[in-house]
Amino acid sequence: MDVIADNLPAYLQGFSLTLRLTLYAGGLALAIGLVLAAMRVSPLRPMRGFAATYVELLRNTPLTLVFFFIILVAPRFGVLLPLDFIGFAVVALTLYTAAFVCEAIRSGINSVGIGQAEAARAIGLTFGQTLNQVILPQAFRTVIPPLINVFIALAKNTSVAAGFGVVDLMGTGRRLATANPGGVTWVLVGVALGYLVITITLGAIAAQVERKVAFTR
Amino acid sequence: MAPEQTSTSPAPDLTTMGEPLVVLDGVNKHFGALHVLQDINLTVHRGEVVVIIGPSGSGKSTLCRAINRLETIDTGTISIDGQPLPAEGKALARLRADVGMVFQSFNLFAHKTVLENVTLGPIKAKGVKRSAAREDALRLLDRVGVANQAEKLPAQLSGGQQQRVAIARALAMQPKVMLFDEPTSALDPEMINEVLDVMVSLARDGMTMIVVTHEMGFARKAAHRVVFMDGGQIVEEADPETFFTAPRSDRAKDFLSKILTH
Repeated sequence: MDVIADNLPAYLQGFSLTLRLTLYAGGLALAIGLVLAAMRVSPLRPMRGFAATYVELLRNTPLTLVFFFIILVAPRFGVLLPLDFIGFAVVALTLYTAAFVCEAIRSGINSVGIGQAEAARAIGLTFGQTLNQVILPQAFRTVIPPLINVFIALAKNTSVAAGFGVVDLMGTGRRLATANPGGVTWVLVGVALGYLVITITLGAIAAQVERKVAFTR
Repeated sequence: MAPEQTSTSPAPDLTTMGEPLVVLDGVNKHFGALHVLQDINLTVHRGEVVVIIGPSGSGKSTLCRAINRLETIDTGTISIDGQPLPAEGKALARLRADVGMVFQSFNLFAHKTVLENVTLGPIKAKGVKRSAAREDALRLLDRVGVANQAEKLPAQLSGGQQQRVAIARALAMQPKVMLFDEPTSALDPEMINEVLDVMVSLARDGMTMIVVTHEMGFARKAAHRVVFMDGGQIVEEADPETFFTAPRSDRAKDFLSKILTH
């Protein structure tokens, strides 16, 4: 157990990077996923087709493979991102998570009765206005639980970056385990606790938001 | 609901009727193998009140919804005020702003107050100032008798009140024509009249209206013309008096005998 206390600064550094990976990739994935979800319910067939293809492609590819594609394959096709490995990790996590965010939001959109969209269109609102003014505000509440699931998965998925030389919480754990072969168990317990702090907080925030939205309805 | 025998409706004076406003020409639509609209030709003039009746599944709701393109059609043309219905996009949104629609299930925006329901269209689709939209909305809510409910959410209102708000919401766009798709079919019996009263007063004020309904009393009181549909076709058109007392087609006679026996 001492191994955790002795290496607290290293843990905190790793934890801070994992937290940042989660926040950056989460924020970007939320924005991209929202656009993708709008495209999936768009009246324009090419938009729907693009978004559906994107989602199927990304959510059915193992995350590690997405990392490899961005770090190793993309440069061969001339896509040279001016990023370090942390940057690559954010891109890979964002692209991957956006597919799941899209589907979570789409499930919320589908939970709002079709009559709401018809009424909005009937008073002359455009597709975008219908979505922003009428559908998404009502979808918000149903979207929170599946969306938080996605973000919890993201927080844990950031650990894949450790396999690509990123010294996040998981990466820190690997280093400490190598340095302290006798204390591997406690080293990993420390890592697990770090992830728990993030995921449990996410769950608590979700519960809070859900309660708040329920009252204002 | 039996039609009142002492109808006070003034004989509809078709000479005061304006130019054609809604024109359907050779409209066809299929739902899979079902031919729901079969070569429909219908012209509604400015200021005219047309009631569409017919058994369920006759295509009357589909016809009503096709007029603001909530249903697309396969062939034929529909034009409003000389303008053919545009394809999906900004132009269609603009045209829909000119066509008021009232649904069977009200479809008030559940997360917005009554007042916000009425002001949303003018503010977002027409760029009306918030304060002006609010003033206008309160006047309309007063007209349909629910001004005192302005700050409530739709779920807190009775069905009849919700439907009257829906009418106010449509009127706030200052539409050229109002479409009613079975506006009283989802209401408890005691609330039907409060909605019909608003509709009758609209008709008296010269609003162009296309009304799908089973309320024969309303047809007698307010309609200039009754259109009877069956099996996706317009079977018969006549002024209400003629239609209800001397229907020509057997299908219309059969339909009327079924609904007017009580």
